This record gives sequence, structure tokens and C-alpha cells, in this order.
Amino acid sequence: MKCDLCNKPAVVHEVSITGGKKKEVHLCLEHAQAAGVAIPGQQPINKLLTKFVIGQSPKNSGKQCPDCGITFAQIKRGNLIGCPGCYNAFQDSLGSLIEHAQFGASSHVGRVPNRKHTPNQFELRSRKLMKELDAAVTAEQYERAAVLRDRLNKLSTEVHTEEEDTQVEEPGS
Amino acid sequence: MTAQGDNGIPDNDVVLTTRSRLARNLADHPFLNRASDMQSALVMQTAQRVMLEAPLSEKTLWMDLDELTPLDRALLVERHLISRHHAESSLHRGVAISSDEHMSIMVNEEDHLRVQVLRRGSRLDETFEQLMRIDSMLEQHLDYAFHDQWGYLAVCPTNVGTGIRFSVMVHLPALRITNELAKVQRAAKELHLAVRGYYGEGSESTGHIYQVSNQVTLGRTEEEIQEEFSKSIIPALIEYERSARNVLMKKNSMLLDDRIQRAYSVLCSARLLKVDEAMKLLSRVRLGAALGHVDLSLQTVDDLFVQIQPAHLNQQAQSTLSDNDELEYRAQLVRNTLNQ
Repeated sequence: MKCDLCNKPAVVHEVSITGGKKKEVHLCLEHAQAAGVAIPGQQPINKLLTKFVIGQSPKNSGKQCPDCGITFAQIKRGNLIGCPGCYNAFQDSLGSLIEHAQFGASSHVGRVPNRKHTPNQFELRSRKLMKELDAAVTAEQYERAAVLRDRLNKLSTEVHTEEEDTQVEEPGS
Repeated sequence: MTAQGDNGIPDNDVVLTTRSRLARNLADHPFLNRASDMQSALVMQTAQRVMLEAPLSEKTLWMDLDELTPLDRALLVERHLISRHHAESSLHRGVAISSDEHMSIMVNEEDHLRVQVLRRGSRLDETFEQLMRIDSMLEQHLDYAFHDQWGYLAVCPTNVGTGIRFSVMVHLPALRITNELAKVQRAAKELHLAVRGYYGEGSESTGHIYQVSNQVTLGRTEEEIQEEFSKSIIPALIEYERSARNVLMKKNSMLLDDRIQRAYSVLCSARLLKVDEAMKLLSRVRLGAALGHVDLSLQTVDDLFVQIQPAHLNQQAQSTLSDNDELEYRAQLVRNTLNQ
């Protein structure tokens, strides 16, 4: 069998089925490498398999949610979504997953939040502290992380006693 | 047979309990499957503050499940106030319960919040109204994750949209005896209803008790889902079971009475009882109580369904019962209750 892009013999053959349609790709060594496709015999089997699986997965499988880092492949595997941000990050792919789970329904027609709620001091400060804590853990600043964790734990009491924590600035400042 | 059932509890001859619940998540917080230890602790802190400050019920109790003993957690499961999954999870998790045990709000179960209202008998209207009231109150204190197209966002796509699930626990012994249950299960499937066992998801039916719940939470309003359940599905199911009972009474009255009285006699005299055996026998006695064949209130039987569970027995005995002791204690409890 010849390469789809030239007359050389094809060494990579990929068959994928998307939306019920079968798609075949046959490439020579040169064009396969140019397309970033794994070449049998040139890579360890685990890498080859990973690439092959990825090649057959939905288009969003490699993309990560910017908020929580989950991929669509992980969502699909566990049938569990990572965070509210995933719903925007994977809008198209999630749509079909939701429709399937909801027997064809695709749009909400029920209750809508009143949005009366505005974040209070406690929530604003908690969110700020959480961000600082995440950053400290990522930077491996464990002593600082421990201090932030303790402050987060005490925050609830602090809010009740109206003690102001001058170290914490409001978001947006 | 009257619709009012035992002690004024609606349709109690067939319906044990009605539960209405909502799945809710907080905006700007990762869902639990992606949350760090601190992030799940923060959801707990936020929820605890709201549960204790908002007037959700006359008296609300807050429990940090990490601080409870395994026995206490098992007690909450047996009373259907938390799920098994919630009891066994290793995350920071808690529950707010109204002192009358009608309301429970699980924090950090699968979703950040699982709000439920549970009542005896067929009370879809009441539980739904109370649930909506609680949701409105919570909403004033919490910023829920919401999407214009998909409504209230949930961890699992099966809960997206309204996040509402009605679950009615029904006793269907006559449909089982007359081999009509398979038809009910087929019809339920066509109507996109889930039929589960006594302890909900993943549990088998014990004592001919089933939980019937809606699977679709998107594309219909909360009221539409509730109305279909309260005006169509549950009344039809109740009538189906009642007519099966009538058929049994007319065609096999003696056989039916024999089964009921044998079960009653065993429960009144047994010295050792396993939980499954007790549930099966109580199921027949419950049918007898509903038909007036035994002089026992349905409420007594329904209470026994809970009291014979392992954690309740251990709590009542105020010690950790060995397996054999548990069988003995259970049999004694049932004997004492029925012989009163």
C-alpha cells in the first residue's frame, strides 16, 4: 500500500472511527515522522501505544482544563467532571456526554440562581489565602504553606471576632 | 384500602418514605475529585458556617464526619441521612441535619452539597416545597456553580441541570409474589426511572423494598419532574401494587394469610436472626399489617426495619456485639417489639 501523500510504500496505517465514519491514514516513514506519528520499531511499545490511543481519542483528549488541569479523556474515563471551568473548556465534547447521560436533553429550563449572594469577607479572604497557599506549595515553600494553612484554619474564628488581618489584601487590589 | 394509610401518613401501605434531593456545587471551587486537602477543607468551613447561620430548620445539627466514630457514621447511613459513600470517604466531609431528621445536607459527598428532605409516606409535594425553600436560603449565602446552557453544574453529567432527584421507597411484595415486578422494571426503564434497593445506589432489594427515582435532571423544570412523579408515576405504582394485593386476597387468601402468619410467628419466637432474614420476614408482616391480617402498625414495622440494622443494635446494646450476639440481640428486639 502506498503513502497517502506520495508514491513511497506506507509504513504507518491508522484507522479511526469518528461519528460513525471510518477514516484510514497510510503514511510513509518520512511523512509519518513529519506528521508526528509514531513509527513501529523506532519507539518503545508503551510510547507507541500511548500515541496510538491518543490518535483515536476525541479531539479534546490532550487539552487540559485551565482551571483544574483535567483532560477530557480523564473525564470520560471516570464520568466525573473536574470543576465548573471544565464546562466551558470542553463545551463541545461535554455536550454529547451530557446529552447521552440525560437521554437526549441538552438545555436547562429550570430554576436560575437569584445571585443575591455577594462574597463576604470570609470568602474573599479564604479565596485569597487559598491562592497564596497553592502558589507556596508549587514553589515548595513549605514553611510559608504551613503558616498559610494555619491562618486558613483560624479564619472562621477571626471573621467572627472581627479581627483584621492586615497581611491579606482583597482580590483585585 | 384508604389513601391515608397508617397514622395519617399518606399511602403508607405501599410507600415507606419520600426523598427529594438537590446536587449543588460552589462556584470557583474545584469539584472534589480534583480538590486538594485544603480545598476540600475550605468547602467544609464555608458550608459549616452557612449551615449554622442560615435558618434552615428549627434546630440544625452539624457533624464533622472525621470526628465521629465509625459506629456513629453507620447510624447515619442506616437512617438514610448520609450515603454509604459519604460515610466511607476519606475526604473532609460533614453533614447538617435538622433535629426532626427531615433535612440533611451532606457536604463533600460526590458534589459539594447534597441537600435532601426525607419524610415518611408519599409526600412529594411537601418534600419538594421544603427542599426549594432550603435551596433559596442557601443561595443567599453561597455562590452556586451555574451555566447558562446546563444549569446547576455537577460532578457527574447525570446530575446536571436541576440537580433534582426524587426517590420514593416503595414496598412491593404483592407484585413480587404475582411475578409482575419484571413488568414494573421494564416500564420504569422506558420512563427513564432507576429502580434500586433499600440502601440506594448499588444495593440490592431486601424485603421487597425498592427505591424508584428519576434519572433525567436536565431539559425539564423541577416542577415538571415533580409533577410527573407525584401525579402519574407514583400513584400508578401504588395502584398497581394495591391491585396485586387484591388479586392475592381474592385468589389465594389462605395461602397469603399462611405466609404472613408464619412470618409473624417466626419473628415472635426466633432466638437468632440475621438482618436479611429479618427484613424478608418483616416484609411479609408489613403486608399483613397493611391488609389488616396482623394487629400491628406500619410505623412499628418501618421502625424495626431501621432498628434491626447492625449499627442501631450496637448502639442500643451500648457495646460492640460479636456476630453471634448481634443475631441474638436482633431476635430479642424483634420479639419484644412484636409481643408488646
